[in-house]
Amino acid sequence: MAQQVAYRAPSDFYAVEDLLTDVQRSARDTVRRFVDREVLPHIGRWWLEGHFPTELVPKLGELGVLGANLPEEYGCAGLDNIAYGLLMQELERGDSGIRSFASVQGALVMYPIYAYGSEDQRRHYLPKLARGELVGCFGLTEPTAGSDPAAMNTRARKTARGWVLSGTKMWITNGSIAHLAIVWARDEAGTVRGFIVPTDTPGFSAHDIHTKVSMRASVTSELVLDEVEIPDDLALPGAVGLGKALGCLTQARYGIAWGAVGAAVACFEEALSYARDRVAFGRPIAATQIVQERLVDMLTKITTSQLVAYRLGQLKDAGRMHYAQVSLAKRHNVRAALEVAREARQVLGAYGITTEYHAMRHAANLESVDTYEGTYDIHTLILGREITGHEAFGRA
Amino acid sequence: MDVVVCVKQVPDTEQPIRVRADGSGIDEQGLNWILNYYDEHAVEEALRVRERHGGTVTVVCVGPPRATEALRTALAMGADEAVHVWDPALEGADHLGVSRVLAEVVRRMPHDLVLCGRLATDDNASVVGAALAEYLGLAQATAIAKLEIGDGVATVEREVEGGVEVLRVPLPAVFTVERTINEPRYPTLPGIMKAKRKEIRTLSLQDLGLDPAQVGAAAARVRYARFDPPPRREAGRVVTPESPEEGARLIAQFLQDTAKVL
Ligand SMILES: Cc1cc2nc3c(=O)[nH]c(=O)nc-3n(C[C@H](O)[C@H](O)[C@H](O)COP(=O)(O)OP(=O)(O)OC[C@H]3O[C@@H](n4cnc5c(N)ncnc54)[C@H](O)[C@@H]3O)c2cc1C
Repeated sequence: MAQQVAYRAPSDFYAVEDLLTDVQRSARDTVRRFVDREVLPHIGRWWLEGHFPTELVPKLGELGVLGANLPEEYGCAGLDNIAYGLLMQELERGDSGIRSFASVQGALVMYPIYAYGSEDQRRHYLPKLARGELVGCFGLTEPTAGSDPAAMNTRARKTARGWVLSGTKMWITNGSIAHLAIVWARDEAGTVRGFIVPTDTPGFSAHDIHTKVSMRASVTSELVLDEVEIPDDLALPGAVGLGKALGCLTQARYGIAWGAVGAAVACFEEALSYARDRVAFGRPIAATQIVQERLVDMLTKITTSQLVAYRLGQLKDAGRMHYAQVSLAKRHNVRAALEVAREARQVLGAYGITTEYHAMRHAANLESVDTYEGTYDIHTLILGREITGHEAFGRA
Repeated sequence: MDVVVCVKQVPDTEQPIRVRADGSGIDEQGLNWILNYYDEHAVEEALRVRERHGGTVTVVCVGPPRATEALRTALAMGADEAVHVWDPALEGADHLGVSRVLAEVVRRMPHDLVLCGRLATDDNASVVGAALAEYLGLAQATAIAKLEIGDGVATVEREVEGGVEVLRVPLPAVFTVERTINEPRYPTLPGIMKAKRKEIRTLSLQDLGLDPAQVGAAAARVRYARFDPPPRREAGRVVTPESPEEGARLIAQFLQDTAKVL
């Protein structure tokens, strides 16, 4: 009983490692190493410079990270969802911006083409997206429609040969580096539909948002669609109804719930090692009750998040995952990671405000993660509706 | 070119290694086992030879059942086939015993080239590659930093004190590789999935026609007597000089008198 807990890493207090299969572990390890070598040495500078490292895209493709949980017949890795979650965790241990790139490409671009596209669309686009030869973005949010996407103003008008799209999308990850955009718009009958829009189509333009103090190593853009005409075969035949757009969000939120764990682990491990070394008043700050309490709170949040993510993965692999369960995981894990990052920043003192350490960068990024893919509040309302049966969104 | 790579599974040294209380070995609970780093470079080099000259890459590992995971890593990097050898009689075998087993495996398959890591990071022995060449009766070079394959001969470079040694070695030959030889690729995720489906044959000593009394623990000429944890590092000494000059003088004095390196 009195023995020390035999954990492999300080952040794996409940030995979640033991639950993983060989494939899950190998998949995680290969991406972990990639992040250690290709992301962590440079991320502080990229973040400060507001630079998304496009040079990593083909490497992520070669590694098989993009759309890794989609089937092998479309050039994807065909991993199970726990392995996929672990990849997101490792990417976000590096930076939320790098994970966001992979989430958008995999869950918001490849997934809708896989789930709602024609066989021709799948065969044409998925292998290229998986290799990173093509980059995609996902345009749902608009300047005046965020939490309430049903309020969207982008329109799709049917013509003899195809569709004409008009409107503005806002806060679009990968916007200006994308070759294609999955755009959601209302047709004349009022039905929301999804389209594949090549970004070199006349009338399409993307404008980067440069004033971010969060998610700086990620491209976020405004998309303007001015009478953009696309042929019929670029409409996603199965993407009819707003629910289909929300179906993509469920996939992305799943990955985010795992990703948040990675950011939290990075902050916790950094704070723990700093607290052991940093001496104040003649003893390591780790030997003070207040710092210990902070570290214990962080570890508790991480452990809870790991178990939530793991169980959600089991449910997803069993085909039994409900979107409200995803809401709980996204809401909890991201907020927990944000709190861990803030607490880690405090432990690090002044050093914690620099990009030499990771906590502040993660904390700033996680403000975005807490907002996008359904804000914390919106998930509260989704869960509230689920358990009480009452809608409290307050639609006027 | 048919290349055989001999690999070992070792504990991940990025984690703390604990010695068992009775000194009989290391505490394996909670350890991560990985493909020896040097062997990763050997696998990478084999894959590059295959890319340039065609042929096959087969990886071989002697070790307990968990060692198949190291073979899967090599398969995920791109090796064609994997052979695993285990037999309870091999528990406690020494390096020469393992080398003899490997020699028997290699002898039974086409091999134009045999690659090993220069050492395994668990015991740093650097014995198996050289002994394997002896048992196979093949030419060898250790710790090579460059490999070029010609017609029936390989040109290899070894980094030696003050220069580079260039050797021409007739093939087939056994080489152990230095980590500077290449930068190993990452096992890709599709590679990991493919590796999972590959069959790994496990051979026993009987399958190889070997006598446990000759290669197993019973034949071991080297036995581990005891394991001790490394001595605790003593706390450093902090000096607070009045001036940079005094600081330099104190450090020079320390290097001369205490560390005796100047
Ligand atoms: C870095 C970043 C990247 C993004 N990438 C993409 C992308 O790739 N594609 C895309 O389509 N979108 C993207 N978004 C947009 C994101 O999904 C939205 O910002 C999000 O849905 C919230 O919408 P909003 O910003 O308009 O906030 P609003 O909906 O205006 O909400 C403002 C505040 O009001 C609260 N609120 C709203 N409604 C209620 C209610 N009924 N009850 C209680 N509180 C409520 C919210 O919780 C929030 O606190 C991104 C955002 C960021 C920051």
